[in-house]
Amino acid sequence: MLGFVARRLALLVPILLGLSVLLFLWVRALPGGPAEALLGERATPEAVARVKKLYGLDRPWYEQYLTWVGNVFRGDLGVSSRTQHPVVEELLRTFPATVELALVAMVFAVGAGVPLGYLAARRHGTWIDHVSVAGSLFGITIPVFFLGYMLKFVFAEKLGLLPTDGRQDPLLDAGHPTGFYVLDGLVTGNMEAFGDALAHLVLPGVALGTIPLAIVVRITRASVLDVLHEDYVRTAEAKGLAPATIRGRHVLRNALLPVVTVVGLQVGLLLGGAVLTETVFAFPGFGKFMADSIVARDYAVLQGFILFTAVIFVLVNLLVDVAYGLIDPRVRVT
Amino acid sequence: MSTPAPSAFLELRDLRIHFPTEDGLVKSVDGLSFKLERGKTLGIVGESGSGKSVTSLGILGLHKGGRAKISGEIWLDGEELVGASQDHVRTLRGKKMAMIFQDPLSSMHPFYTVGQQIIEAYRIHHDVSKAVARKHAIDMLGRVGIPQPDKRVDSYPHEFSGGMRQRAMIAMALSCDPELLIADEPTTALDVTVQAQILDLMLDLQREFNSALIVITHDLGVVAELSDDILVMYGGKCIEYGTAEDIFYRPEHPYTWGLLGSMPRLDREPTDRLMPIKGTPPSLINVPSGCAFNPRCPYAGRTAGKATTEVPQLLETEGGHLVRCHLPREERRGIWENEIKPMLEGQ
Ligand SMILES: Nc1ncnc2c1ncn2[C@@H]1O[C@H](COP(=O)(O)OP(=O)(O)OP(=O)(O)O)[C@@H](O)[C@H]1O
Ligand code: SF4
Ligand SMILES: [Mg+2]
Repeated sequence: MLGFVARRLALLVPILLGLSVLLFLWVRALPGGPAEALLGERATPEAVARVKKLYGLDRPWYEQYLTWVGNVFRGDLGVSSRTQHPVVEELLRTFPATVELALVAMVFAVGAGVPLGYLAARRHGTWIDHVSVAGSLFGITIPVFFLGYMLKFVFAEKLGLLPTDGRQDPLLDAGHPTGFYVLDGLVTGNMEAFGDALAHLVLPGVALGTIPLAIVVRITRASVLDVLHEDYVRTAEAKGLAPATIRGRHVLRNALLPVVTVVGLQVGLLLGGAVLTETVFAFPGFGKFMADSIVARDYAVLQGFILFTAVIFVLVNLLVDVAYGLIDPRVRVT
Repeated sequence: MSTPAPSAFLELRDLRIHFPTEDGLVKSVDGLSFKLERGKTLGIVGESGSGKSVTSLGILGLHKGGRAKISGEIWLDGEELVGASQDHVRTLRGKKMAMIFQDPLSSMHPFYTVGQQIIEAYRIHHDVSKAVARKHAIDMLGRVGIPQPDKRVDSYPHEFSGGMRQRAMIAMALSCDPELLIADEPTTALDVTVQAQILDLMLDLQREFNSALIVITHDLGVVAELSDDILVMYGGKCIEYGTAEDIFYRPEHPYTWGLLGSMPRLDREPTDRLMPIKGTPPSLINVPSGCAFNPRCPYAGRTAGKATTEVPQLLETEGGHLVRCHLPREERRGIWENEIKPMLEGQ
């Protein structure tokens, strides 16, 4: 198992090197550049040249690339041309926000999706089944920003049950040692801040989790239906096992395998940022920050953030593979 | 119950298992009756789709509620099971009656070790600690001839060979000393030498436990040595029933002759079958009128039209030997003695 993990991590090196070159060329191929974006349309060529020189953009791209790679190895991702803050700092500020949001979305999707999908399969062909199939289709097709605005309008603006935007009530005196606001509330013993941070996550979490929820319902339903017809379930019945034990021990564990794959894939996607959700709820996360950086042609941020996303994606996939091996002895890796 | 409890250990009376489907009613088992005593073996033989598995699942009460229409009576040790509650039948499964399935790889759970699965089966019916159940599992694995059972108990099914897996399956089925054991094609997935070993093993274990054994197969060769009695099934019905001697030395039904003629023999190429049965098994929805075998029967013309108009009854020909055919007894015996037997022996 350890060897397997090590080999997979070693594979990261060529992947990241290849990706970084493509990335480097891609951001530079975008029309315009950071200087033009900073100075606006009416900038003089002299001003543009000055800014370019400041960021080293006047040198050949491979020189820039080598400098950048060298810095990356020292943990320096450069400085944002838009905010003038170090990219690492921006990463540490926005990524925890997105992690919290993604976790809430996944807890919602899995927590509701697995039971619903399971129920639909158990009641195969009944109205419960039809409703959940139709509902999940609806969940996949409804545009996220529309759903986000609806949730915000109803639960925050009309009913006033939940906050409309942001991560924390600015009037609260809350410390943020880790950057994970929910965790910060706990760490600093400030339960009010903890509750407030959690409340800020509910609506964006639901908006973001709806598509994964719909997918999880469908996958769970399909795989439970498959497993229910497996011979080993019949064997379990033939032994005289109680139906509840059969469901828990013999059906669900197998049925969850495809769910694990899908959840892993979704987590990877969600961690890449949720631009629409973060925009609707003015949630200062990774996706929103990156979208703004594209507009500003913020090369350092784009390079750093996308590279980081790639690392996260590979790690999540590795986690899924390890989980697979833990669940299914036939694919247990050595 | 309408009728008093029988004295036989297991008795089926007019068992019918029908499945309503979009295409029509599938009559998988249609009026099956037989008796079986403890310590005896019944072989049930028939082509694919004749209703053998549906019958055995029916005895164990494993047909999903609502999907199957079941009527008739199943008496096991003085208790009627068709009308009994699901919960009660469940308490009998594993302990009173157990089953060995055809494909041990797909029939064992891939995520649990062989030991865990035997332990689970044992602890359903015995209130013992895991450690005690584990000792019992190792013991059972040893009894069915698995080498180093104390090590193999922790292997997963996919780490076993086919034959070993079937042994483990048998160990699991026998872990609670069932009084009725049903083996549904226990050796079909195995090669010939392993087949013989597994059959021997089942026979030994049956003698040891004095259980009633039903062996289901499409291969008469498998039940030849094993069975006291043999039931030949066709289209969900019994078409011939008798002792193993009756079936092998005095068979009277044209379908049984066909099965005997198509029996693979070691001294012949498998492809070179003496007298294969022509045509395909009957539809269980639109069963041929009259005798279900008539479209494939070479003697259908000799029954004065009755083969296609009248369903033949299962009648006793001699001393418990039952046959379902319109041909007069003497004519059947004549055909067997003068046509079929010489042809089979001629090879
Ligand atoms: N749940 C079901 N719904 C509808 N039809 C069914 C169902 N189960 C079995 N059947 C049908 O009943 C018939 C008998 O099936 P069964 O499995 O008993 O055959 P078998 O004699 O065991 O054959 P094989 O040698 O292939 O195992 C088949 O035609 C099958 O399609
Ligand atoms: S009743 Fe007629 S068709 Fe049926 S088996 Fe006998 S001879 Fe053949
Ligand atoms: Mg079968």
